[in-house]
Amino acid sequence: MSVRSEVLSQLKQVAQEQNKKLAPLSDDLPLSDSGLDSLCFAIIVARLEDALGVDPFTATEQTDFPVTLADFVRFYEDAAK
Amino acid sequence: MPQSNRGSLWGSSSAAGHLPERALWGADGSVALGDLARGSSLGGRLEELSGRCVLVATADQLTAALALIELDGVARRLVLFPPDLPREHVAFVTASAAVDAVVSDRTAPDAGTPSAGPFVTCSPKIAPAAFERSERYQTEWILLTSGTTGLPKLVVHTLSSLAGAIQDAGAAPKRALWSTFYDIRRYGGLQILLRALLGGGSLVLSSARESTGDFLARAAARGVTHVLGTPTHWRNALMNPSARRLAPQYVRLSGEIADQAILDHLRAFYPGAAIVHAFASTEAGVGFEVGDGLAGFPASLVGQESSGVEMKVEEGSLRIRSARTAARYLGSHAEALPDADGFVDTGDIVELRGERYYFVGRRDGVINVGGQKVHPEEVEAVINSHPQVRASQVRAKKSAITGALVVADVVLNKEPGAANARGEGLEHAILEHCRAALPRHKVPAAINFVPSLAVAATGKIVRRNA
Repeated sequence: MSVRSEVLSQLKQVAQEQNKKLAPLSDDLPLSDSGLDSLCFAIIVARLEDALGVDPFTATEQTDFPVTLADFVRFYEDAAK
Repeated sequence: MPQSNRGSLWGSSSAAGHLPERALWGADGSVALGDLARGSSLGGRLEELSGRCVLVATADQLTAALALIELDGVARRLVLFPPDLPREHVAFVTASAAVDAVVSDRTAPDAGTPSAGPFVTCSPKIAPAAFERSERYQTEWILLTSGTTGLPKLVVHTLSSLAGAIQDAGAAPKRALWSTFYDIRRYGGLQILLRALLGGGSLVLSSARESTGDFLARAAARGVTHVLGTPTHWRNALMNPSARRLAPQYVRLSGEIADQAILDHLRAFYPGAAIVHAFASTEAGVGFEVGDGLAGFPASLVGQESSGVEMKVEEGSLRIRSARTAARYLGSHAEALPDADGFVDTGDIVELRGERYYFVGRRDGVINVGGQKVHPEEVEAVINSHPQVRASQVRAKKSAITGALVVADVVLNKEPGAANARGEGLEHAILEHCRAALPRHKVPAAINFVPSLAVAATGKIVRRNA
């Protein structure tokens, strides 16, 4: 599974578990408008760490936190390289 | 006219000067501090609350702030009731703190309001009033923090213990415009309210009904200069487009371990700001602040007295003695707070690496999920009540977003082989069972089925510090 499809599938899975209404997933969707809160993202990041073996949020060389969905996917693609 | 008295919160706030230019801004309204010199938020009923133990139970933070400003020195005791505390705890808190008056932002009591003495409505519409807001009592401030049994602990402070770290923090310039993601009924948020009031500044309050983006936009529009949040608040904020609109001079973190990554992110994001992380807890008060941009704290802070605070490390945990620690717990089952030597055990385990101490977790196993405490035992009790579960152990998993997450190891009644066959469905069923009984942050993010749990010689589950 590509990094992108893994990320998208976790977003949908956690939104469903947490009873959150997920906004339509487009590249320019700001994460803050996705319908997910920080607890949802914490769970997503934990599951992506299991699935992809990386947690880019703990890497100090990354200076910009992702703001849009495209940023978020790139964050993981860069870290998984 | 109220007398000038420097001892009370109102007296000290007005003595800090510039009252006409200072204000408290909530999500739906604001109050100019100058108006409080001539009027009251309590509808002329301040006198009725004199000498009473007052439960301050407002939904809104602005009215809570007004009640605290007006009642410090007038009431005997102020109990700060956070709106997220379960309503069924009201009776316990009321009895433990001997509450005999209620301040609310409702106009009439509802079913959950204790019927104890006067019910006074607090409103951000300041009405002109003739009264004397003089200091009659050294008011006790009661803060609530979560306890192991699920019932809150009532922690006793005074304005002077709460403000102990603030006189020393003379660095904040007058006219600072403070803000915090915290609710001011929590220790961290209360520190910021007091910094704004006692330091001659103003404050933009957050609101539980507002999104992070809306709050950041509102704070930015006001031009906030000094902002406090937990590392979780900040990680969440930095993922929000509105964070770019903020141009703080001073960024403060407290309430959770500030790791190097979040400190570096904030420094890169707000290059003009001083980035400071502080150690503080409701019980131990403000211990110290670190401004060198590095995680942990210099070992030189331990073992010597500095600005009225002494720290030592015993049995691995950080202990603090200062005039800023809480005096005691209230209530019939309350344990002692400071030890015989006056030290409060923070329960935070620290580790010395080179010239610095680093926080590694909590001795009592409390898991800190985004600033909200989770006692593993309460989650285990829920999991164990599922008919197919024999035993469980709840532990922390590190998270870069919320600091930690809850995960559970579960032993089933039947052989593990049988569990594998129905693993996913059963995991789902146990999680549903947890969601029905627990707030979201206490529900495990993952369940691992294991054949057995490690049990110590004491017969207790072996708990590792996260």
